[in-house]
Amino acid sequence: MESLAEWLRSLYTDYGINLVQFYDEFERARLLRGMWITIKLSVVSIAASIVIGIIGAWLQTSNYRVLRSVTQGYIQFFRNTPPLVQMYFFYFALSPLLPRVATDYGTQQPLLSSFAWAAISLSFFAGAFNVEIFRSGIEAVPRTMTEAASALGYTQMQVYRYVVFPLALRIVIPALTNNVVNLLKTTTLAYAIAVPETLFMASQIWSDRVNVLEMMITLFVFYIGLVGLLVWAMDRWEKSLRIPGYGQ
Amino acid sequence: MTYKSALKILLVAAATLGWLTGLARADTIEDIKKKGTLVVGVKADYPPYGMRDPSGEIVGMEVDMAKDVAQRLGVKLQLEPVVASNRMQFLQQGKTDLMIATMSVNDERKKAVGIVEPYYYAGGVALLAAKSAKIKTGADLKGKPVCAIQGAFYNNEISSKMTGQDLIAFKGVPENEQALQNGQCVGFAYDDVLLIYTKKANADKWKDFEVVQLDIAPLPWGIAVKSEDKDTPWGKFMSDIVTDWHKKGTLVALEKKWLGENTQWLIDANAKAK
Repeated sequence: MESLAEWLRSLYTDYGINLVQFYDEFERARLLRGMWITIKLSVVSIAASIVIGIIGAWLQTSNYRVLRSVTQGYIQFFRNTPPLVQMYFFYFALSPLLPRVATDYGTQQPLLSSFAWAAISLSFFAGAFNVEIFRSGIEAVPRTMTEAASALGYTQMQVYRYVVFPLALRIVIPALTNNVVNLLKTTTLAYAIAVPETLFMASQIWSDRVNVLEMMITLFVFYIGLVGLLVWAMDRWEKSLRIPGYGQ
Repeated sequence: MTYKSALKILLVAAATLGWLTGLARADTIEDIKKKGTLVVGVKADYPPYGMRDPSGEIVGMEVDMAKDVAQRLGVKLQLEPVVASNRMQFLQQGKTDLMIATMSVNDERKKAVGIVEPYYYAGGVALLAAKSAKIKTGADLKGKPVCAIQGAFYNNEISSKMTGQDLIAFKGVPENEQALQNGQCVGFAYDDVLLIYTKKANADKWKDFEVVQLDIAPLPWGIAVKSEDKDTPWGKFMSDIVTDWHKKGTLVALEKKWLGENTQWLIDANAKAK
């Protein structure tokens, strides 16, 4: 470990390649903190957006018109506005309207942190797309299947849970993968509302250490790795759900 | 890194050109007197140092300093508005004779132009803080959320030595002001003078906030002449004027006039000169 740091240091003195973020303890710690926040933010919003997608798609099949139009309204609002604008709106415009909580150092703080707002905004944004993705899967399940299930005495809820949803899920995974990959990359927008994620930390480091190029490459490699991991996991999931003879 | 080498070549070229023209006119101070005008590069967008008044005239603390220099030389003053990206080039190209343009001193700039010593001013760092948080010094910031501008040179020091956690850094001043108003942070760390100015300009909006000076070494500002003029009579003349300004309290008085109060660095410099 020490020899690696030594070697990285010599890269800087001999060739001017400044990889200080790997051997300086302070810089490394904050870069890792940033990466951890990115991972947390991604996991939370991916999970929430999938739940929103499933619930939303189910509500769209509802017999109640009100529920259907509320879902439709939600999709239009979140799908048709840029996520950066949503974040600014939530953090700067909506947050002050909510009740404040007293801090132990005498000020009044907003109820939700910037991380929470970023997670909410990203979940709803990607969730709107996921509703449509799941709907496409549900509509691709042959009508004869649901009719057969109804004929066997399944209630509407049971048809959705045991027949339609399991089949739809297998159809939508490729599209879902696309959307969650996009979502992971969109977490960098949280930089704008000062969520200390990877891009935020990287920019702090490159303004202090003036190693813009090296930090850009670090960022690039990090995101390629993280997205690669996500895609790999989604592929594994898709394969494990495969029903022989169905679909492909 | 190529842009750096390109910049270096440009600077070297500019310096060489300046040196050549300097050879042609060895005594700038005599030239200025002969010409009858002193051309000074000043800021026109940085209140209260150099800004435009309602009639479009450039006024401010640095403008008053330029006026004093012209008066001592017995020549007319011509102001040339400059910005950070061209102020050194204008000086080296001979478009201006002197630069008083809120320029902080660093090693690269010392190589590019002749920075007159002693330094005339310094930008410190302060916190526009919620009064209710009762912040008196940087030590009171431990564990508290602080807003700041992304990329400011003092961010690192504030986060590692004072708050002990990451700052809430936004791109621009308006976002920081909004976040502070919303209670998302206890204070906004920024250039002290601009905070004092902000609070004055919008006294009502900021009535629950106060400006707290942070203990961060201020970055000194320097007046500049052409790099080859630094050790000529012209450079020495300017150096004597700055010393005199500190001694006589001219700068303290000017700061009081334009800012309404005095910053610690200037008070100390004044006391030292006496």
